[in-house]
Amino acid sequence: MELADILIKFALIVIIFSISLVIAMYSTYAERKIAAFFQDRIGPDRAGPWGILQPLADGGKMFLKEEIIPANANTFLFIAGPSLSILTACIGSAVIPWGQKLTFGTHVVDLQVTDINVGVLYILGVVSLGVYGVMIGGWASNNKYSLLGAIRAASQNISYEISMGLAIIALLMTTGTLSLREITEQQHGFWSHGWFTWNFFRQPLGFLLFIVCAFAETNRAPFDLPECETELVGGYHTEYSSMKLGFYLFSEYINMFVSSAVMATLYFGGYNFPFMHQLGLLENWITILGIVALFIKIFAFIFFFMWVRWTLPRFRYDQLMDLGWKVLIPLAIANIIITGLVITFFK
Amino acid sequence: MESLSNKRKVIESKPLNFWERIYLPAIIQGLAITMKHFFRKPVTTRYPEERREYSENFRGMHSLKRDEHGAERCTACGLCALSCPAEAITMIAAERQKGEEHLYREEKYAAVYEINMLRCIFCGLCEEACPKEAIYLDGDHVPSDYLRKDFIYGKDKLVEAPLNQ
Repeated sequence: MELADILIKFALIVIIFSISLVIAMYSTYAERKIAAFFQDRIGPDRAGPWGILQPLADGGKMFLKEEIIPANANTFLFIAGPSLSILTACIGSAVIPWGQKLTFGTHVVDLQVTDINVGVLYILGVVSLGVYGVMIGGWASNNKYSLLGAIRAASQNISYEISMGLAIIALLMTTGTLSLREITEQQHGFWSHGWFTWNFFRQPLGFLLFIVCAFAETNRAPFDLPECETELVGGYHTEYSSMKLGFYLFSEYINMFVSSAVMATLYFGGYNFPFMHQLGLLENWITILGIVALFIKIFAFIFFFMWVRWTLPRFRYDQLMDLGWKVLIPLAIANIIITGLVITFFK
Repeated sequence: MESLSNKRKVIESKPLNFWERIYLPAIIQGLAITMKHFFRKPVTTRYPEERREYSENFRGMHSLKRDEHGAERCTACGLCALSCPAEAITMIAAERQKGEEHLYREEKYAAVYEINMLRCIFCGLCEEACPKEAIYLDGDHVPSDYLRKDFIYGKDKLVEAPLNQ
């Protein structure tokens, strides 16, 4: 690897990192605005025009707040919790292909940090690491509500990871690869051989299972029981204040961004968009339009996350477990069997 | 027994059927409802810049009135204080001296007249009780402040501005 390549990779990492942070920042603003619109209000509009400086004001406030570490909390773990949470949220985006390769003369820039051949497994691994931050923080707080929230988070994530994994297995049976780049390449364009190329149209049930599990894994409503404020004060982050609380809230939004990107990549063709080769554009322009297409898909998913949050009430805990174990897992297994039968008899 | 209002409804709880049990139709219906609200006009009024229209008989801050010559109408009879259900009004009466006829209409006037705006419930009973038509709740909102003592309004804030001759 040449020095230039290393520098380009480094720059790409920094860009993706800052994009995910900025998107997470503005997701908080978008959430408040969208919540307001759904409730016939106008939302924050004081900081800057239309309130677009609100995230900066919120961030500044978070940094200036008093930092409280409870006397009986385990200080090391108390700090490790939110740090781990935001770390695992940020590293998930490493395997997502953001676009096709850009060509500058002889240089080819790969718009993906790393194309490991077990990309899907990597994402599953990072997702399951994500719950450690919540668990450690809830445990270290030495508060019963935090502990309950942490236990809820742990059992919820374990339950929904199973059906998420099973939903992905059915997808992998059709793609035959774990590399996200190859999965995206297989969904090239929009239409070929008389059927849609995007995986959503091959695995609609799998996608439904995946998106339900994604809601549960990111602790978003209607599965936000770990931070269920009506029952557990603040859930796992009851004892947190200042920027440590900010990190927890922030990692939720980064998780949302990353899982939207994963869903767009796995099921909605990633950077592919309809008629990408009929437009007669240069290859680099198609790549750039592809990046735009991917981000439009991601924003659509983020909007959907928020839309659902302001529509559905929270599940009861037993309903959550019922849904996870008695509905989603059997459905996911059935999906695998149907996929297997279709592959066996029609290919 | 038959209910008099005729509004009684008998609710029967049936077990959920298949489509209700898979939640999805209901979820889509709910999403459609929230989406309808998304495009609806917000009901918010941006308060300091925009103001809602108030009703004709809005009761705001009190003002102590003057008569047509600019003299204070209040005679410190104390009926307003007596009628006040929140006991927000208090006053100290004084006798009018010679040469003060242009300031006070009656022979007795309120030297101190205080309303505790944190106690006041803006019911308007003082207005009704006043025999001299001296107090009206025709002002604006009571503005916010930092200290409780600053909400006790004296004559400096309550008495109407003097007439311009």
